[in-house]
Amino acid sequence: MTNYVIVGTGVAGIGAAEAIRSVDAHGTITFISEDLHGYYSRPGLAYYLTGEVDEKLLFPLKPGDLKKLNAHFSHGNVVRIYPQKHQVELSDGKHVYYERLLLAIGSNAIPLKVPGANLHGVAKLDNLEDTRRLVSLTKNARTAVVLGGGITALELAEGLASRKLKVHLVIRTAHCWSSVLDKIEAQIIEHKLNHDGITIHPNSELTSIQGKHGKVAGISLASGEQIDCEILAYGIGVQPRLQLPKEAGMACERGILVDEHQATSLPDIFAAGDVVQVHDPLSGRSIIESLWSPAREQGWVAGLNMAGQRAVYSLSVPLNVTRLAGLTTTIIGAVGSRDESEPLTIAHGDSETWRDIPDAIIAQSGFDVNHLRLVVGKNTIVGAIVIGDQKLSSPLQVMIRNRVDISEIRDQLIAPEAPIADIVANLWSKLHASQN
Amino acid sequence: MFKNLFKRESNRREVLAAGFVVPDSARCVQCGICSFNCPINIDVRNFAWQGRPIENSQCINCGECVTRCPRGVLRFERTSLFAEA
Ligand SMILES: Cc1cc2nc3c(=O)[nH]c(=O)nc-3n(C[C@H](O)[C@H](O)[C@H](O)COP(=O)(O)OP(=O)(O)OC[C@H]3O[C@@H](n4cnc5c(N)ncnc54)[C@H](O)[C@@H]3O)c2cc1C
Repeated sequence: MTNYVIVGTGVAGIGAAEAIRSVDAHGTITFISEDLHGYYSRPGLAYYLTGEVDEKLLFPLKPGDLKKLNAHFSHGNVVRIYPQKHQVELSDGKHVYYERLLLAIGSNAIPLKVPGANLHGVAKLDNLEDTRRLVSLTKNARTAVVLGGGITALELAEGLASRKLKVHLVIRTAHCWSSVLDKIEAQIIEHKLNHDGITIHPNSELTSIQGKHGKVAGISLASGEQIDCEILAYGIGVQPRLQLPKEAGMACERGILVDEHQATSLPDIFAAGDVVQVHDPLSGRSIIESLWSPAREQGWVAGLNMAGQRAVYSLSVPLNVTRLAGLTTTIIGAVGSRDESEPLTIAHGDSETWRDIPDAIIAQSGFDVNHLRLVVGKNTIVGAIVIGDQKLSSPLQVMIRNRVDISEIRDQLIAPEAPIADIVANLWSKLHASQN
Repeated sequence: MFKNLFKRESNRREVLAAGFVVPDSARCVQCGICSFNCPINIDVRNFAWQGRPIENSQCINCGECVTRCPRGVLRFERTSLFAEA
């Protein structure tokens, strides 16, 4: 009977336990996590903040599901791994023996380092405790400043605005989420944020947080501008938790290095999820995915291998779905990086409603703004951003993943003012017709 | 405000003409908004986790889950298409 220990109760850890149970009914599975709340939807925290879900809805597993996993959950902080002895040590000095160990310890928010960062009222959105604290802070606050330009910062801004706070969003760059969105897309989002009462301060640097009686009272920007506020919330990036694996002598770069079976450089130790750096054989690059579905998938593959199967994790075309200023947004493939060898052309389309998209494509629709950007390679579409109406999202996922030849519509697509959504939809209908 | 109401209404019409609600699991982050908003308490999220269509005879195809999902995970698939699959 194998003794499995999983450190971390995030989606990677749960995915691994489900995989183990799918092939091994008898082994013992022990979860150790420092998060008191166990497994919950971290992305869902943003909607707990907006008030769209109750806290109890953040927990996907019902008692019956947990029973099926037949795992033991214990609260604890793993501070050391002894690879030779096959043991982990907890902060209370307790040692736990493993035959197979999974590190699914994720990443955490990059801490804020400005004077005043320790004041009461400085908050983040990294785990359930943070979110509870933030929700309770909003009860006695009128104004919040949010620092950061990425998804988490935008979610913070929207969440706080929906709790009727006056929100200022302080962004270091000229536009929000500038690593992914282009100027037009950022403007669409920023326009909607403004409409929701969020004031954006672009090209701005936070220099200090001022306090009164130990509580946040305001902030200063490098420009000299000061904003009075009771909350300073920040989302300035995440970093894999590498101290534990590094101290154990595990090979790490920006994340824990694993092979295609999710095995680390140390015997019987596997790793999965946000803490891991995976190798992309196609591009030769190593990447940290930092996304929910890949974390689950990696966990699943790790679990199968821990249970003695030979499963392989392979990177698929990147897919990130989010909601920005109320607009469902799908990002597929290469949209931000422009360092590919292939010459790329960008095609844009905006519309209140896409005109000729056939009824057969049924998906989320009815947004007041729709926007589509395609990154077009020589014969294929290599990346896409779909904002608003999602009818083309799934066809584009398939077309990009399967490198569908688009040479016959390439010229139409890249022509100025081209109705690109309709062109793509037509090609999709044709592809479908030819398959039936 | 009214605009939202109209949105829902048109969505509903589309739904009634359709068959099952089907998830795209790769997009789902298990936030629970779908289950939270289901008027008859179907645990839509659980179907999405398992990648299965919402095959619950109680489902009234109201479209709440499809409309509210912040990740566009759910879509309708016409019964005929589904039957062919
Ligand atoms: C607000 C927010 C919004 C997000 N939105 C999206 C989204 O829209 N789409 C998307 O794909 N992803 C999103 N993400 C990212 C997504 O949540 C992560 O990719 C995913 O949770 C990673 O899962 P994981 O299991 O690798 O790690 P985690 O969920 O971070 O779990 C790690 C676990 O390990 C525990 N742990 C760490 N160190 C130790 C230790 N030494 N001892 C014991 N336990 C330890 C932690 O307490 C935790 O339980 C979002 C994240 C946040 C916070």
